[in-house]
Amino acid sequence: MLQPVRLPLASADLSLFQNAVAAYVATGSAISSSTFKPTAPLLPLRRVPDLRTHCHDPSLQGIVLGREDAVEETGSPGHPAVLRVTPLPDGRMRCISKWLQVGYLGLVFCKSVMDPRLGSYSKLNTWRPCCMFRVSVGTPQASNYLNLGKTYAIKQRSFGSAATDIPRNPAFSKLNADDISYFRTILDERNVVEDEDRLSAANVDWMRKYQGSSKLLLLPKSSQEVSKILHHCNSRKLAVVPQGGNTGLVGGSVPVHDEVIINLALMDKIVSLDKINGILVCEAGCILENLSLFLENEGFIMPLDLGAKGSCQIGGNISTNAGGLRFLRYGSLHGTILGLEVVLANGTILDMLGTLRKDNTGYDLKHLFIGSEGSLGIVTKVSVLTPPKLMSTNLAFLACKDFTSCQKLLLEAKRALGEVLSAFEFMDSHSMDLVLSHLDGVRTPLPSSLYNFYILIETTGSDETYDKTKLEAFLLRSMEEGLILDGVVAQDINQSSSFWRIREGISEASIKVGAVYKYDLSLPIDQFYGIVEEMRNRLGEVAKVIGYGHLGDGNLHLNIMTARYDSDILAQIEPYVYEWTSKHKGSISAEHGLGLMKANKIHYSKSPETVQLMVDIKKLLDPNRILNPYKVLPQSCFN
Amino acid sequence: MKVMVAVKRVVDYAVKIRVKPDKSGVETSNVKMSMNPFCEIALEEALRIREAGAAAEVVAVSVGPAQCVDTLRTALAMGADRAVHVDAGAAPVLPLSVAKILKALVQVEKPGLLILGKQAIDDDCNQTGQMVAGLLRWPQGTFASKVVLDKEKQVATVEREVDGGIETLSLDLPAVITTDLRLNQPRYATLPNIMKAKSKVIKKVTPAELNVELKPDLEVVQVTEPPKRKAGVIVSSVDELIDKLKNEARIL
Repeated sequence: MLQPVRLPLASADLSLFQNAVAAYVATGSAISSSTFKPTAPLLPLRRVPDLRTHCHDPSLQGIVLGREDAVEETGSPGHPAVLRVTPLPDGRMRCISKWLQVGYLGLVFCKSVMDPRLGSYSKLNTWRPCCMFRVSVGTPQASNYLNLGKTYAIKQRSFGSAATDIPRNPAFSKLNADDISYFRTILDERNVVEDEDRLSAANVDWMRKYQGSSKLLLLPKSSQEVSKILHHCNSRKLAVVPQGGNTGLVGGSVPVHDEVIINLALMDKIVSLDKINGILVCEAGCILENLSLFLENEGFIMPLDLGAKGSCQIGGNISTNAGGLRFLRYGSLHGTILGLEVVLANGTILDMLGTLRKDNTGYDLKHLFIGSEGSLGIVTKVSVLTPPKLMSTNLAFLACKDFTSCQKLLLEAKRALGEVLSAFEFMDSHSMDLVLSHLDGVRTPLPSSLYNFYILIETTGSDETYDKTKLEAFLLRSMEEGLILDGVVAQDINQSSSFWRIREGISEASIKVGAVYKYDLSLPIDQFYGIVEEMRNRLGEVAKVIGYGHLGDGNLHLNIMTARYDSDILAQIEPYVYEWTSKHKGSISAEHGLGLMKANKIHYSKSPETVQLMVDIKKLLDPNRILNPYKVLPQSCFN
Repeated sequence: MKVMVAVKRVVDYAVKIRVKPDKSGVETSNVKMSMNPFCEIALEEALRIREAGAAAEVVAVSVGPAQCVDTLRTALAMGADRAVHVDAGAAPVLPLSVAKILKALVQVEKPGLLILGKQAIDDDCNQTGQMVAGLLRWPQGTFASKVVLDKEKQVATVEREVDGGIETLSLDLPAVITTDLRLNQPRYATLPNIMKAKSKVIKKVTPAELNVELKPDLEVVQVTEPPKRKAGVIVSSVDELIDKLKNEARIL
């Protein structure tokens, strides 16, 4: 039984309050100055070092201890209400209820904790108390929430870029019981998911930056099922989000509001492999790494490779026109995809699943869908031209003094290594520090404090001795010319993997610092590193700025890491980064796509006429705009 | 003092090996080959001994076909001073033959310390180091996890990983040491060292010149993959469990 506690609290109890936690409350009524006597005692608290680490946790809920006669939203009078507590980017928390009053004490419980050592979230079996708060000043912003009556609105604040306060399009219908029972007739019972836990995972993106509020997750097993789902959603005007591995970095794979999530994970069959030409036909839900392993056994490889390969699905890779580490050698998916099967918004199954290298019959429509980020159709089957697996790979990890040397090295490498060059990656010393301090089991091949830039050069060929001789000759010559300060050549596969781990681990390490703002820019080679230095100067001590990327493709990944997502810091970054990129005729999204993050930013890189034609095509293929709404193209174009 | 390190060229540790269709051995053509990981550790230890001032020269030795030269180049790129390649032809050489060759080489080069990896990852024999020590009548410290050399007293203190824990031995030099995994972490081959390696010498000898006759006394009859692990079965009742234990697993 809970015992009452007398106010004011002893200073020892007050010391439990975290400075960063002051409940920011919007009340629906005038602020009352009545004193407060909690009816329930405060449960023993376990000290949690820094509530800010829980800031990104969407499962934080607050139990507010109110007065005996308070109106309860849930449960019966006398039992405390369970309200949603939303953490704000600046460390404060927001809890909205029409009957919360100043002076109330609140207890925050959480159901998942972030382990600072692992940087990952682990779910708890029960709610655990993590902090106490006192309701302080209300705010005029409450006007948005007046007169809500029984339905109070919880404002889900997204932490990412500015374009997040997007109103739900009223033209979309809301899901009802009839829809769900219809889906149950066309899909297996267990593939119509309303379970909260699974939904909460599907509603949040990999970076935990965007969160939707979908109530339904569908897992079709065939193109026919996808077609029926879309046909129904189109006739009912229900918005949908096609989802694959959910590893996208621009919020394109999660709902913005209550869109139905269609996840293709169950469509993971490999249909066929032409062993002479290396043409692979498979379903869109196949995980990239699984396809790679299958192909390696047959003597082929996938033409693309990315850090997310263990989770990303090929359908998603195609819908985002993923680039990756092998782009330099094998080119874009526009070249290596031979055919697609796509389901359009009205349920039509478009069979363009050719397996021919050359087929000039009519307009090549598959290119529309490659890179359209799920907004023109859902990719269900894929036919890929896979290159033969070449036996000899060599990898060198090099250090350069300045960015000019890196550029010259790239030019020399393309000339000297020519046809065997398969990857040319770069990272700055800050990226190296990040990886070494946040990832386990990673060892630097070269001392990091001495060098400013690191380059990874990979060659892939058919003759090991020949390739190795070529690479070593090139490296030694570059060293004599002063382009390279020092370098290491991997002597076996384990060493190669550990070098790649450093480069591929930067993305993983960046989310462990706290909040990360990621920008993926295509820039002319001489402007490449300029933006990194500019942002470092602009942000100073507040943020850690790193630059790395596919130097060989002119693709820079700019990561800005801060303790937590903060709108002030964001204002310093955007739109400056986009404007800088646009001024230097670069692309604001080299390979990540526009998604939600850059939905209104396309004009930085494309002319108005081009955008208008895109809008016309979207209206043609998806007149009800149910496919992945609010993303890719600017909202203003549709009004 | 000279330190001699024996290294072996084997299938790369990270490669998924396959058995040849005729079951005569493991598929080694078109497969990445590199230095045996334990040999890398042995070489690293030798280099550290030289850097500590206890030795003047590190000589890397390998017995095998012509492609062994690649492995020796890696050894030179890591920092070995000289290399010797004993060309034994394409046929695999068994541990006793390697031990006899090493004995002959030791009598030519006269090192104060012979370091090898504890075993090769292709045959897992774990015999060569012990056999060489026996043939030379030298003391041996195998499965070394720590080596401390005392130059004046010419004594090596070796901590060995044994089943019961760690055993510490004191060996009078010259001695044979075989290295275990936790001894050190091998260095990478840096470009300056790769450059220097180009001017280093790889001497070639044949077993005949060393007066060693290679007589294989073991014959590989068959190589097969281990049986694939079968998936587990969920039984629905105790009776079914007993039935399966009796009739299928035959342990009741």
